[in-house]
Amino acid sequence: MNKTVNQKAWFLVLPVLILVAFSAVIPLMTVVNYSVQDTFGRNEFFWAGLEWFSDMLDSDRMWDALGRQLIFSGVILAIEIPLGIFVALNMPKSGFWASFCLVLMSLPLLIPWNVVGTIWQIFGRVDIGLLGYTLDKLGITYNYTQDITAAWITVVVMDVWHWTSLVALLAYAGLQSIPDAYYQAAKIDQASRWAVFRYIELPKMAGVLMIAILLRFMDSFMIYTEPFVVTGGGPGNATTFLSIDLVKMAIGQFDLGPAAAFSLMYFLVILLISWVFYTVMVNLDKRDGV
Amino acid sequence: MAKITLDNLAHSYLPNPAHENHYALKELNHDWIDGEAYALLGASGCGKSTLLNIISGLLQPSQGRILFNDRDVTHAPTAERNIAQVFQFPVVYDTMTVRDNLAFPLRNRGADAGYVAERVQQIAQMIGMEDELNRKARGLTADAKQKISLGRGMVREDVNALLFDEPLTVIDPHMKWELRTQLKSLHHEFGHTMIYVTHDQTEALTFADKVVVMYDGRVVQIGTPQELFERPAHTFVGYFIGSPGMNLFDAEITGSTAQVAGTTVDLGAGYAPKGGKTQLGVRPEFIRLNGSGDGLPAKVTRVEDVGRHKIIRLDVAGQPVSAIAEEGATVPSENTAIRFDPAGINVYADDWRVRAEEEAA
Ligand SMILES: Nc1ncnc2c1ncn2[C@@H]1O[C@H](COP(=O)(O)OP(=O)(O)O)[C@@H](O)[C@H]1O
Ligand SMILES: [Mg+2]
Repeated sequence: MNKTVNQKAWFLVLPVLILVAFSAVIPLMTVVNYSVQDTFGRNEFFWAGLEWFSDMLDSDRMWDALGRQLIFSGVILAIEIPLGIFVALNMPKSGFWASFCLVLMSLPLLIPWNVVGTIWQIFGRVDIGLLGYTLDKLGITYNYTQDITAAWITVVVMDVWHWTSLVALLAYAGLQSIPDAYYQAAKIDQASRWAVFRYIELPKMAGVLMIAILLRFMDSFMIYTEPFVVTGGGPGNATTFLSIDLVKMAIGQFDLGPAAAFSLMYFLVILLISWVFYTVMVNLDKRDGV
Repeated sequence: MAKITLDNLAHSYLPNPAHENHYALKELNHDWIDGEAYALLGASGCGKSTLLNIISGLLQPSQGRILFNDRDVTHAPTAERNIAQVFQFPVVYDTMTVRDNLAFPLRNRGADAGYVAERVQQIAQMIGMEDELNRKARGLTADAKQKISLGRGMVREDVNALLFDEPLTVIDPHMKWELRTQLKSLHHEFGHTMIYVTHDQTEALTFADKVVVMYDGRVVQIGTPQELFERPAHTFVGYFIGSPGMNLFDAEITGSTAQVAGTTVDLGAGYAPKGGKTQLGVRPEFIRLNGSGDGLPAKVTRVEDVGRHKIIRLDVAGQPVSAIAEEGATVPSENTAIRFDPAGINVYADDWRVRAEEEAA
C-alpha cells in the first residue's frame, strides 16, 4: 500500500502539543527557571548556574532521603508483589464469591490518600486506636510517634493494606486468561503445584506483574500524603521520604532554588527508572508476540 | 498398562440432572481391553471428550465407577492413574525449550537424567523435531506445538493408557498421515491401551482394530471396521460410516418381506420387530439398478464419477437415495428401478437394528 505523504497533517497534532505544553512543559520550565537562580527575597533573582545542583548532590540530606526512599519502595515491593500473587492464586475463579472478593479488594483502592493516612493515624493511636490500644494492652510497646521501628512498620503496613489489592487484581486478571487445558495438561504430566506456578501461572502473569511492579514502584517512590498524615516524616527524619523532604524544603524553608534542583533530579530518576521498566516490558511483549 | 472398565458410568454437567437429555454421557458399561487400540468416533458434541476426561480423572463422573485392572480409581487423582492424554489444541510450556517440554513428564516422575536424555531423543526423532530441541517452545507454529504435545503424550513408557483427543486437528494433512503411522508403530512396539478420538471416519477406520461409535452421549456400536460397515447397529452408524452413507427406507415388515413405497421387497430372512418406526437400511453398495423396470421405481438425478466407481444419485418416491456402480457400468437413462441385494439389507426399529430370526435363535 502506498502511504500518502501530507506534511500538513502535523497540524493535527498541534492541539495535543499545546495541551501538553500548558499542563507539563511550561510548569516544568518554571521549575528549571528557579533551579538556576538565587534570590535574597523581594522578588529579585540572579543567575546561579548549576550551583544548586552541585549543592544538592553534596547534601547528605538528599542522599539520606533517597536512601530511605529506596528502602521503602524495595520493602513494599518485596511484600506486595508476592502477597498479591498469593492472594490472587487463592481467590475463587468464578461465581458469587469471586465477585465478592473483587469488590472487597477494590475498596482500599477507592479510599483517598489522606483518608488512608487518617485511618491509620487513628488506628495506631495508643489512647483511642484499636490497633495501638490492643498492642499496648498486650504489653507490646508501640508508639509510632517516638519509635522509629514502629513508625516504619506503620507506614509499610499501611501501604501494603492500601495497595496489595492492586497487585492482586492485576495478577488475578493474568491468571484468568489461562485456558483450562493448561491445568489439565499439567495434571496429565503429573506436575507439582510448584511446577504449575513456575511454568504455567508465572509466565502468563509476567506481563501484568511488570505493570504492577512499575505502578507500585513509581507510586511508592513519590509517596507523600499517607506518611505525612501519620508520622509527619518523623520521628526525627526517620520517615521523611523524598517528596516529604522536598515539600519541607520548598514550602517550609522556602529554599526555592535547591528545591527546584532537587525536584528536577527526582524527576529524572523516575523518568530513567520508568524507561528501564518500559524497555523490559516491550521486550517481554516481543518475546510473546512471535 | 491396564484393562479399563467402565461400570454404569454416566455424566451430566448439570448439578441435578433430572432427564436423560441432561446427560452429556449416558449410562455406559464397557471394558477397554488391555493393549488394544481403539478409535472413538462420533460427531462433534456427542460426548467423546467427556468420556476421555473421565477416564483420565480430569472430570468426576456423576455416577458409576472406573476400574483399572479391577482396581476402583473413580476418585483417584489424575496423577495416580498415570495416563497420557493429548488434547485437540496444543498445550506447551512456553518458557521451556522443546527438550524440556518433552522431558517434563519424565522428570516429574523422577526419572534419571541419562534415561530422560535418551528417551527425549527418540521421541524427538518420532515427531521430527530433533533439530529444534534447544529452541524455546514459545513462538513455534501451532503445528510444531501440537507435535510437542503429542511427544509429551508418548514419552512415558509405563503409562496405563494413551488417550488422544482429536490430536491431529491442527496438523497439516501430509504430517497427519505420518504421525498416525508413528502412533500405530508406538502401539505395536509398546502395546499400550490406546483410545484415539476423532470425528473423521477414515482416520478412525485406518487407525484402530476396534472402532467405538458414539452418538448423542451414548455408545451405539463397538466393532471392527467391517462390522460397522456390514451390520450398523444404529441408523447413525450407517449414516456416519461409509461414503455416501447408508440409505434408509420407511418400511412395513411382515416376516421375510417388507412394503417400501408400495413395492414388496424380499428381505432374505424373517424379522419380527417389536413395534416402533421400522426402516430398511441398505448401503449404496447393495443397491442394484434394474433398467427393465422390476423393483422400486426410481429416477436418476445425477451421476458422480469418483474414480474407482460411480455414485448415482436417485430419487425414490421423493426421497434421495444413493447407489454405487462399477466404473465401467452403463447407467440407465432417467427412469429406472432399484432392487436391494438381500445380503446388504438391515432392518431397524426406532433406529436400532433388529436381528433376523435365525440370527437371534
Ligand atoms: N465444561 C462443560 N460444561 C457444560 N457442558 C459441557 C462442558 N463440556 C462439554 N459440555 C457439553 O457436553 C456435551 C459433550 O461435549 P464433548 O464431550 O466436549 O463432546 P465432543 O468431544 O464429542 O465434541 C456437549 O453438548 C457439550 O456442550
Ligand atoms: Mg471434543
